[in-house]
Amino acid sequence: MLSLIGILVVVVGFMLRLNTLLVVVLAGIVTGLVSGMSFNAIVSDFGKFFIENRYMSLAIAMTLPVIGILERYGLKEQAEKIIKRVKNATAGRVMLTYLGIREISAAVGLNIGGHPQTVRPLVAPMSEAAAKAKIKGPLPEKLSTEIKTFAATVENTAWFFGEDIFIATGAILLMKGFFETQGMHVGVWNMAFWGIPTALSAFIISWFRLRRLDRRISQAALQVAHSSEGHTVEAQAKDNPESADKEVD
Amino acid sequence: MPYILGMQFLYYLIGVIVLVVAGQILLDRNHPKRWTSGLFWFLFAMTFIIGDKVSHLVIGYMILAMVALSALGQVKNGGRDTSTKEERLEKANWLKGKLFIPALMIPVFTVIGTLTLGHIHFGKWHLIDTTQVTLISLGIAAILSFVGAMVITKAKWQVPAREGSRLLQSVGWAVLLPQLLATLGGIFAAAGVGKVVSDLVGDYLPTTNAFVAVLAYCLGMMVFTIIMGNAFAAFAVITAGIGLPFIVQMHGGNPGIMAALGMFAGYCGTLMTPMAANFNIVPAMLFELEDQNAVVKKQIPSAITIFIVNMFLMYFLVYHF
Repeated sequence: MLSLIGILVVVVGFMLRLNTLLVVVLAGIVTGLVSGMSFNAIVSDFGKFFIENRYMSLAIAMTLPVIGILERYGLKEQAEKIIKRVKNATAGRVMLTYLGIREISAAVGLNIGGHPQTVRPLVAPMSEAAAKAKIKGPLPEKLSTEIKTFAATVENTAWFFGEDIFIATGAILLMKGFFETQGMHVGVWNMAFWGIPTALSAFIISWFRLRRLDRRISQAALQVAHSSEGHTVEAQAKDNPESADKEVD
Repeated sequence: MPYILGMQFLYYLIGVIVLVVAGQILLDRNHPKRWTSGLFWFLFAMTFIIGDKVSHLVIGYMILAMVALSALGQVKNGGRDTSTKEERLEKANWLKGKLFIPALMIPVFTVIGTLTLGHIHFGKWHLIDTTQVTLISLGIAAILSFVGAMVITKAKWQVPAREGSRLLQSVGWAVLLPQLLATLGGIFAAAGVGKVVSDLVGDYLPTTNAFVAVLAYCLGMMVFTIIMGNAFAAFAVITAGIGLPFIVQMHGGNPGIMAALGMFAGYCGTLMTPMAANFNIVPAMLFELEDQNAVVKKQIPSAITIFIVNMFLMYFLVYHF
């Protein structure tokens, strides 16, 4: 039971909003100490696991310089221009399209996306541009944040629930390997096939939430249109100084 | 099997990229925390460059130093906007659709690489480490895309250095989090945390009921993943502790279906935990969201709904097929 103290450290640390890195390290040290490890052994374990998991930083460290150049040369602006030309494009539909492509490609074993390489430079700005086109003006800060957050969630949902349908993916191989250590032979097809209903339900639930997001954007568009009646365009910009400023950054 | 190109090559490259970030910070006289931020990124770069050469203990103390710098508020983002919206629009009008080519090169070459690179070999020498095909393909795709971006934009060398540094600094100390949490997962596993959790669930729930067995397994997967931030780590422990004895052995459930849907229950936990930093916290920093938990909060309603649907699917499927 004493080994659960690390979990307590994590929970309390997060509740007190301490620096996350500090909380994680403290939890590791405390857990190690109560299970009888010396301080240096714990620090050494930190080093070992950290080095073993360096691959986790590969996607972000290697793609950011490229994304940086492209953003400097107007990638987001170009993505916005294109989506404005697509009739009936809405933020929800843009993200749902990405969700569908990402989930299906993951299900056939292809990893085509990720937060740094596709969502930040393409999906998020396209979704925001679609919403801007609807509102016909600057996007309120709150909606902009919400769209970006949704874009991040779509990536996770698509990848998690699509990936497990492919038989050669890490998760399925892990399960197979686990059963083998238990002396059981379990077919991979069984595992992959019966994942499909959950993967579909994840898609439908996301579709439902994205549709509601679109409805909120439409309402915001109506409000903007309503408040601009009888006002000049400058007056409208004055009503919304914050979002107008954000537009430039 | 021997190979020519492995992860170490990419780690050196990442080390150089992060060193450039450190260099940019140290050269920036207006940086709010020039020396300490520079030191943070320098140490992070070193874990990639000399990670295999020095002892784990040295790396461990380097990690503690990085964590201390960040906890004391000494790691700050000094990256400023380097261009205005007008400048970028003008450049976008000049390059138009060509801008998408390098961006699309990353996924396209990753896929091509994943499908082909693992099969290329010269005698018994493989071109790449066949156990890491996807990651190496992603790394090579990023290199090719970088070359493509430099050619298309005709950018000077300062541009990738400055822009890459700006973006990595916006992620900031959170860049350490995924690896550090994996570390915590390892220490938890070594200390037997998983066993204790699965014993608790098994002891306090009436798993003699077939539905309660499914409920206990799914809940165990979710809760344990929330704690560890990693469904894979939860899987072995909870499946051995709850799934196999109660669902398979006691009630005759199908182990394949149980495993597949059990992993999904774990993923619902991943969607709800800040411990899964690379999926939840790093994107929040990358998209410059004020609330670092914004992504987690937005995912909770979906995760709970999917969890319930998935649990009932398991109950209906696992005992019938």
